[in-house]
Amino acid sequence: MSAVPQTVDAYDITRRSNGLRRRRATEKLMGTLGVVSAGLAVAILALVLGTVLLKGLSALDTDFFTQPRPLFGAEGGIADALVGSAIIVAMCVVFAVPSAVLVAIYMAEYASPRVATFLRIVLDVLNGVPAIVVGIFIFGILVVGHGQSGLFGALALAILMLPMVARATQEVLEVIPRSLREASLALGVTKWKTTTSIVLPAAIGGILTGVVIAVARVAGETAPLLFTSSIAANQVSTDALHALPTLPVAIFTFSESADPADQARGWAAALVLIVFVLVTNILAKVFSRGRTGR
Amino acid sequence: MSTIDDTAAPAAGQAATGLERRRLRLGDTLFRGLALTASAGSVFLLGWIAYKVLDLAWPSIQHFGLSFVWTEAWDPVTEQFGALTFIYGTALTSLIALVIAVPISIGIALFLTEIAPKKVAAPIATMVELLAAIPSVVLGLWGILVFGPWIAEHLEPFLQDHLGFLPIFSGSPSQAGILPAALVLTIMIVPITSAICRELFLRVPRDLTDGALALGSTRWESIRGVTLTYAAPGIAAAVLLGLGRAFGEAIAVTQVIGGGNSINVSWFATGDTLASRIASQYQGATSQLQAGSILYLAAILMAISLVTNVAAQLIVRRFEKARRAA
Repeated sequence: MSAVPQTVDAYDITRRSNGLRRRRATEKLMGTLGVVSAGLAVAILALVLGTVLLKGLSALDTDFFTQPRPLFGAEGGIADALVGSAIIVAMCVVFAVPSAVLVAIYMAEYASPRVATFLRIVLDVLNGVPAIVVGIFIFGILVVGHGQSGLFGALALAILMLPMVARATQEVLEVIPRSLREASLALGVTKWKTTTSIVLPAAIGGILTGVVIAVARVAGETAPLLFTSSIAANQVSTDALHALPTLPVAIFTFSESADPADQARGWAAALVLIVFVLVTNILAKVFSRGRTGR
Repeated sequence: MSTIDDTAAPAAGQAATGLERRRLRLGDTLFRGLALTASAGSVFLLGWIAYKVLDLAWPSIQHFGLSFVWTEAWDPVTEQFGALTFIYGTALTSLIALVIAVPISIGIALFLTEIAPKKVAAPIATMVELLAAIPSVVLGLWGILVFGPWIAEHLEPFLQDHLGFLPIFSGSPSQAGILPAALVLTIMIVPITSAICRELFLRVPRDLTDGALALGSTRWESIRGVTLTYAAPGIAAAVLLGLGRAFGEAIAVTQVIGGGNSINVSWFATGDTLASRIASQYQGATSQLQAGSILYLAAILMAISLVTNVAAQLIVRRFEKARRAA
């Protein structure tokens, strides 16, 4: 209970009424500090995006999207990593989204408040498990014995995605009006039909927003893939049972290279990844705006 | 709407046969069971991750014992391994990042909620969110190729000129090291903590701040006396969540910290965190013992982040409960 201040120390505030000039100066200083902090964040964003754009744009051409990475030299692109990333992220969505939505439905529609709170804490803690630890986990249960594969990479990313989507979905489900469910139940519709054909369609905008943001997050994840899908040949492959090259791991490798040609390719790959992430985030904004606008 | 009619007809209309009713109830039971299984699965998953990482590290935990935690060594040749360098690196980089990030985050949140007009606040809030969306590997690429060299050429010489008497700013400036890693972590934490702080400040009851203003306090005094006090437990949770993120960040740190096996007083020197050491040695382990040591590091990292996260969650819950009661 002590967490919330019950009273404002009014005496303390009135006592300070003298020294108005100093108080005004403090006021101004703190205001300026607020503006400076916000300005700093915006400047860093502009700096990072600007650098990636400037350095990445020059290396972008059609070859970059259609050719796989070369063994050496400046030719070639990153088609292999693009295909690999697309496959792994798609599989991750297939693994994570249905289970995440089911978890959210259980929390919002079936669980008692106490169980729902427990599940929420579990999901938030799961969300806080470092990505690299998730990579080690999948490494321990699957890669040891079976070797690396795109499938295992997707599973690792799915573990990261599950709590994100589940929490987002649960929060949307919770704001769907009770009256909607009650109207349906009163008509004699069973609970699961009500959930799947009344509640979920009403929540679809919010769920999509959550999924899209989660996709943007996992598409840039590198750490879990290091242990599960990193030792791959630089050629376009769709065989998810073997290690697939991916965009983040490619950028990671490029960034560790001293070769300027590799660094240029790293910038271009980073540009592709950032454009993807920004577009998906803006898409998410559009989804959620469409929902609140209704 | 046709779906309602379809299912409603047999159940609510004329007397449904027992078979139909049982079929409908079966659907309910199945669906509930499915949702329950998924939920139990995610609880199980968290437990499994914790168990498996410990299980993987067990041989090396038995071999080195607990003294691994306070041993400063990483020598594959003599097979001497210890975690102290990396625990130190993790703690130091996260701490520096936190000390810089927390005031800035609170500043941003106050700017967005109290100072800026709505038209300005909305786009800036979006931009801060986008900062959080930049993949860590891209931030690391920028860190190693642009930010690191800038730090080595400008920031570190500047610090040395003015504060060079401090041992932490001794040594020769370098592009990779503790300081660049801490600053990159700062950039990663700020959007997280400022977003949480912003939500907290928005939830402070208007009549409390209005009351303070009516008593003649300036806006800053009302912020300090009411807004910040009211949100303090939440801010603590935000700090812990930011800390958890900083502890666990592997990729960007690996790119800019440079790697190292010993503890240096200087922030300009290279080092390693738990996460970055795991990431950088993912395929370089030459012996069973070295691989085991990396798994031991992973177990330590997991334990630290579990504790941080659970603590943050508990603070948030308690805060929310108190707020609802108030």
